Amino acid sequence: MSPREPRPTVPVTIDGQEVMAVEDETILSLARRVGVDIPTLCYLEGLSVYGGCRLCVVEVNGDARLKLACATPVWADMEVRTDTWDLREHRRRIIELLFAEGSHICATCVSNGACELQDLAATNRVDHIHYDLGFAPNLPLEPVDASHPRYVLDRDRCVRCSRCVRVCAEVEGAAVWEIAERGGNSRLVAEMDVPWGEASSCTSCGKCVLVCPTGALSFKGSAIGEMRHDPEVVAFLARAREEEEWLDRSAGSGSASEVRS
Amino acid sequence: MASAIDLDDVAHTEREARARYVRRALVCTSTACLAAGAAVVRERLTAVIGEHDEVGIVPTGCPGLCSRGPLVQVEARGEEPTVYTHVDEAGATAIGRDHLGDGTPASDVATVPADLPFFSRQQRVVLATAGRIDPDRLEDYVAEGGYAALATALTTMTPAEVVDAITRSGLRGRGGAGYPAGRKWGMLAEATGDTKYVVANGDEGDPGAYMDRTIMDSDPHRVIEGLTIAAYATGATKGYLYVRAEYPLAIERLERAIRAAKRARLLGRSVLDSGVSFDLEVRVGAGAFVCGEETALMASIEGRRGLPTLRPPYPTERGLWGQPTMIHNVETLANVPAIIARGPEWFAGLGTETSHGTKVFALAGSLNDTGLIEVPMGITLREIVFDMAGGIPEGRRFKAAQTGGPSGGCIPARFLDTPVDYEHLQDLGSMMGSGGLVVMDDTVSMPEVARFYVAFCRDESCGKCAPCRVGTEKMHAFLDRICEGVGRPRDLAHLESLCRTVRATSLCGLGQSAPNPVFSTLEHFRDEYLDLLVEEDVEPTREEVPGEPA
Amino acid sequence: MTTDRLRLATVWLGGCSGCHMSFLDLDEWLFELAARADVVFSPLADAKGFPEDVDLTLVEGAIANSDNLELAHTLRARSRVVVSFGDCAVTGNVTSLRNRLGEPATMLERVYVEQPDLDGQLPVEVVPTLLPQVRPLHEAITVDVYLPGCPPSADRIRRALVHLLDALEAGTEIPDLEWRGPDDLRFG
Repeated sequence: MSPREPRPTVPVTIDGQEVMAVEDETILSLARRVGVDIPTLCYLEGLSVYGGCRLCVVEVNGDARLKLACATPVWADMEVRTDTWDLREHRRRIIELLFAEGSHICATCVSNGACELQDLAATNRVDHIHYDLGFAPNLPLEPVDASHPRYVLDRDRCVRCSRCVRVCAEVEGAAVWEIAERGGNSRLVAEMDVPWGEASSCTSCGKCVLVCPTGALSFKGSAIGEMRHDPEVVAFLARAREEEEWLDRSAGSGSASEVRS
Repeated sequence: MASAIDLDDVAHTEREARARYVRRALVCTSTACLAAGAAVVRERLTAVIGEHDEVGIVPTGCPGLCSRGPLVQVEARGEEPTVYTHVDEAGATAIGRDHLGDGTPASDVATVPADLPFFSRQQRVVLATAGRIDPDRLEDYVAEGGYAALATALTTMTPAEVVDAITRSGLRGRGGAGYPAGRKWGMLAEATGDTKYVVANGDEGDPGAYMDRTIMDSDPHRVIEGLTIAAYATGATKGYLYVRAEYPLAIERLERAIRAAKRARLLGRSVLDSGVSFDLEVRVGAGAFVCGEETALMASIEGRRGLPTLRPPYPTERGLWGQPTMIHNVETLANVPAIIARGPEWFAGLGTETSHGTKVFALAGSLNDTGLIEVPMGITLREIVFDMAGGIPEGRRFKAAQTGGPSGGCIPARFLDTPVDYEHLQDLGSMMGSGGLVVMDDTVSMPEVARFYVAFCRDESCGKCAPCRVGTEKMHAFLDRICEGVGRPRDLAHLESLCRTVRATSLCGLGQSAPNPVFSTLEHFRDEYLDLLVEEDVEPTREEVPGEPA
Repeated sequence: MTTDRLRLATVWLGGCSGCHMSFLDLDEWLFELAARADVVFSPLADAKGFPEDVDLTLVEGAIANSDNLELAHTLRARSRVVVSFGDCAVTGNVTSLRNRLGEPATMLERVYVEQPDLDGQLPVEVVPTLLPQVRPLHEAITVDVYLPGCPPSADRIRRALVHLLDALEAGTEIPDLEWRGPDDLRFG
């Protein structure tokens, strides 16, 4: 089949709406195309499908076994429901569970106002948490890893969505991140559990920070009180320019090929 | 290359050798009896007898009555066999000196009749030779008809005929879900790939369950034969026996059996000169319960972190290293040689309409006799508990039986007459599971039981999906409060709602079934929960202030 | 004052009073509120004990000490509708950050002895006993309505109050959270 040829379509009903889906596309891709909102957290376009957050569960043909919208391809005459009472309850419960794990105190979080978990709670009508919040004194307190010169890792705010793990392995190709241990003890680690700043495979590209849905990974300097000014750098730049420190003199006069600092 | 074994010849020689013995002592050397001191018993017997032409000391696998181990069974020509129980060093000396020495039963050592209902009510297919033969001797297995089914399949049946035989037998997966084995074999046979794989799942880990361990350490060749027949039928050329690291004896005996089978050309290149090749190796698990889940198991075999992945694709489409793969529980595979040898119709005649064959159960808990039994599907719980296991000790009453491990549920006394098969147990909110059967008496608190199993699932959750990772933890927190007597009605309501979500949305079977012990104890014993609750909005006493660890 | 007007209370437990400040940001709408309800108890009003027969009580702050716990139970027994008002009441929020320091004694030592520049000493007089852990209001008592936010904005408070007062005046059921949009629910 040539790339220009349109892919065959199949009829699908989604929340009562009859639409034509492209064969082999997922329920999620169809839903987004036709304007049906299905909440997601671990899913991110461009990365492999993980299926860990379970928020995108939908009902197909009334089957009690729920399907994941991010991982289930459409088929002809499929009937999808994304917004039943049960599904809304399940989503709320899962969002509450994520809040109840670790420390998700929005008011003191670097990502307050820019957090997908916070948004999910609001859009899915979570107004309080039914479960023991994860701040019992007997829980191990994970120290913040601020060893990287540019980024910070706060594991207490991690929801184990593995976006950082996948973006680092699949897009950057560095595979710095992995999730170690299991169950409630599972935690994001750099390489063989070294401080992030000592992970020699990290290219400092920052993609993991860009994709993190919560405040687990953040840019240094974005928290209140973290701003560090450096006015002296101007004098350094001016002096360097005056003394032509970045001009490659070996290439002969006039050829001012720049050398990256 | 060495020539293939002549099965008839080996069997004949072996039987002749056995016929020389006037008396034989079968000493159980399965894990349970070894733990109870069977190694000393065996040494002692050997020391007393020494080199003897007419008396044999045979280290065997498990005859089943584990709670009375170490077990020694003495067989003498023209006599009913005697089963000695709780044998210690002195007992072994007495048995060796008296019964083996001059044929007079050892008077000071406890015995049970060989026709004890615990034994006589069993129907042994999978465990047919367990407890009868030396698991470390290929010849012993061959003498009992071992590998004859493989030879039959290779020489007289096409692969499609073998698949058809398994289908017609009605064999279903013994790991828990009861998926029809023939259908799986058919899917793998039809799949195409560079290499096809068959895998035996020996990652058994339910609390109290040790059926697969016993099958592997008592009769390793049976598992190997079953797996090899499966490979022939489906076109697989490579197999793995995935065994949890906590089963060192099973691993040791399987590895020894694989080497023996390879030497005898029952494995490896051109099995029994048939031109069909099958390579098999043991992979040792890394200590995670979730690795019993087939996608996590495959990840573990590949050397990756044992995390479940999404299905589809199913293993028969894309399994180990992207190739078609079939995974069966150890007990399922151990049924295969008998099905081929005695025919699918014979097998289909065992058990009930929908659940054919037998099932091995590990009996544990409040029973007079605990251990391993193999019974036809459809036997009632009452027969198992009261007729075979001797009922509940010390005058206490039967309260519930837990089947299916942490994924299963509790069956109360009023369902004691329910036939034990896949459908009936599921209807009761439990499941067959792999065969763990824990009996609880009237001193046991059912919310505590639920808490125990939920703690197990919480500890074993891999952490990949949110509902299982956090949900099991919060379920446990609710159960903690309820069990400690500070739970309120809304705690119970939230627990039930949470359980529904964890069941409906978890990624794999571990999370999906983790709420089952809660649901089933609530269904049958809700009053026990209600009795523990305290009223809403009552000011707590100093001991129960919110947040105070209970 | 007529007797058929609603009786409103606001309570300040373990919080920073920011929610009450936000309440004051209702500005001129407070006149409308005053026309519909009497404020019978509040840190902003002169009242000693929590009165009886209160229709609507807004509770700011988490349960942090023995006084908080006692007052929570009193107000629950004497209020028709209890609102968990702001993130500290709803989740523990900033007040609960001390939970991670372990026992209250550790926290007190840190705050009153290790941190001060001069004369660090533990408070000994007229201080209610701290609970081992700070907990959200709904873990102590039954809560009817949750109004998250740190603090909830005046608009958010007004929208909630309008709905609740309407329902209380009409004697209908307390509206559940379905009437609210994402803006009314956001934590933080």
